[in-house]
Amino acid sequence: MSSVQIRDVRKSFGSFEVLHGVTIPIEDGEFVVLVGPSGCGKSTLLRMLAGLENITSGTISIGDRVVNNVQPKERDIAMVFQNYALYPHMTVADNMGFSLKLRGAKSEEISAGVKRAAEILALTPLLERYPRQLSGGQRQRVAMGRAIVRDPQVFLFDEPLSNLDAKLRVAMRTEIKELHQRLRTTTVYVTHDQIEAMTMADKIVVMHDGIVEQMGSPLELYDRPENQFVAGFIGSPAMNFLKGKVKVNGVAYFEGPNGVKLPLKSAPANSDGSPAVYGVRPEHFTIADDGAEAEIVVVEPTGSETQVFAKLGGEQVVAVFRERHQFNPGDKVRLKPDPTLVHLFDDASGKRLNG
Amino acid sequence: MADVALAPRRAKTEIREATAWDQLRHNKTWLGFWFMLPAMAFLIFFLAYPLGLGIWLSFTDTRIGRVGHFVGTENYEWLWDDAIFWLSVFNTLLYTSVASAVKFAVGLYLALLLNERMPFKALLRAAVLIPFIVPTVLSALAFWWIFDSQFSIISWSLKQLGLITQNINFLGDPTWARICVIFANIWRGVPFVAITLLAGLQTVQPSLYEAATLDGATRWQMFRYITYPLLTPIIAVVMTFSVLFTFTDFQLIWAMTRGGPVNATHLMATLSYQRAIIAGQLGEGAAISSAMIPFLLAAIMVSWFGLQRRKWQQGENND
Repeated sequence: MSSVQIRDVRKSFGSFEVLHGVTIPIEDGEFVVLVGPSGCGKSTLLRMLAGLENITSGTISIGDRVVNNVQPKERDIAMVFQNYALYPHMTVADNMGFSLKLRGAKSEEISAGVKRAAEILALTPLLERYPRQLSGGQRQRVAMGRAIVRDPQVFLFDEPLSNLDAKLRVAMRTEIKELHQRLRTTTVYVTHDQIEAMTMADKIVVMHDGIVEQMGSPLELYDRPENQFVAGFIGSPAMNFLKGKVKVNGVAYFEGPNGVKLPLKSAPANSDGSPAVYGVRPEHFTIADDGAEAEIVVVEPTGSETQVFAKLGGEQVVAVFRERHQFNPGDKVRLKPDPTLVHLFDDASGKRLNG
Repeated sequence: MADVALAPRRAKTEIREATAWDQLRHNKTWLGFWFMLPAMAFLIFFLAYPLGLGIWLSFTDTRIGRVGHFVGTENYEWLWDDAIFWLSVFNTLLYTSVASAVKFAVGLYLALLLNERMPFKALLRAAVLIPFIVPTVLSALAFWWIFDSQFSIISWSLKQLGLITQNINFLGDPTWARICVIFANIWRGVPFVAITLLAGLQTVQPSLYEAATLDGATRWQMFRYITYPLLTPIIAVVMTFSVLFTFTDFQLIWAMTRGGPVNATHLMATLSYQRAIIAGQLGEGAAISSAMIPFLLAAIMVSWFGLQRRKWQQGENND
């Protein structure tokens, strides 16, 4: 196990720069999730960490050692690929023991290592099978087993669950997290799925267009997004954004689309009349007599909660209620955002304005 | 009521429908047969019939212009004591084994090379195919000139370099002639092997190489443990075809040496042609051709076992 330091790393393909100076400190034993939409550079960064891509500038160190010019096999990392990359002509045992075999380990040593990893992942009955004879989830586990056998300093996961069906994905998510809790190996995990990021990470790094938008613990990112991108990316259903102006008229409030009045706890200094974006998470709406009038468009009950799509000042917003209301499309309701939980972003830069 | 009224009628029509013609039209098995018929007819007329006729001729004393009589295995008995026939068998085996082995080695090397990232890759891949698209006779004529006893460019170049003083008698010396025809065959056959193996190489997922890189494999180990095992099914197919084509080669030899000098390059195919068409002994020529069949069957058997689905290819594919 060791820490990983990514310092001002840049990556260009020809004249096209895809990573614009990324700095991420990763502590020993930490589970870090790089999350972002496709094309944000998260997979490229992981491949640079693995040594499959060159580093254009900046440094990556694993432990105390700068690995920019260290061969992949010397880096003491193991990677789980999106398509698992299992060798189709080798049995599960051979797949898992391949790295030990290449290292020149004795056959007893290899089988002991394979056995240990197989026990951790409950793969022992499958050791003599070929990858083709396995289900998606089993292949996924073999890919992890191959990583565990090597007992590396750092685990790298490149969207390992995206080839699985929804149910299996949830199960494997838990399994990976549990595995990390058991082995405590430093892990860097890439995904585009913010739920995966939220549920698994010690630290989430939100990336967008080759820069780090924000990093922090899952709940930090959820409760206090630094900018509008992170606010919109983390959380499902996504945060509602309403454009308008901050007004300070004795009390601070927000004038939304078509003059809808929305509550604010306090306004940033000297912000009277300045354009801004008002962000409110769906679960932070309540029904109250002093709320803003909205017309219900669609009601989607999921059992545990009900999602309500409504027109608020002409803009569609979504609200989530855990308590059961009798809603029908066309109904008028008064939605009131909790003023202590709303977010205010700069209209132009998207930066967070309120404290 | 309706059921009662309908039931006998349906039964009646079924009896009427059961004519042979209707069955031929509606039965799925027969329908399959109709779809296969054109291909079958093609194969029967152009492959099975000539093959059968050839084997039949080999048991007769047919000559050009004269209907033959059945003579049993007389032609084969003659061949058994014919030193030239046995020389042609030896030549064919030598030609096939050396040419196929070199074609495999060079073809695999070229395929691996062309699979690398390099400038002008598409152009180079196209260039590799050139020997394959040039008509055989044309390339044979070109080789004939290259190996000509008087005007050979190789002899001329070596003389200019001062390495030899006299022209090499490429196609006049038995050993040189064998080397020359084998070289020409390799030149012509390498593209097929190279391009097919290249296609096979491209089906190997790049992520397997990445995984192997992280597992610590060297370039040689990647070839030895990943590329080669994954390529074996395609190698089996390619080499079967390569062996069959080489074993039955005719054009190249006939255009370059006509089997000479002193039968040193006579293959079974060229000897068969010489005896059957040039000398008019159709029966004997057919016997030589038919004698190739056991060898070809043996080659096919080898590939049949080589082509068996390997254990790792079996099972469901859940991708």
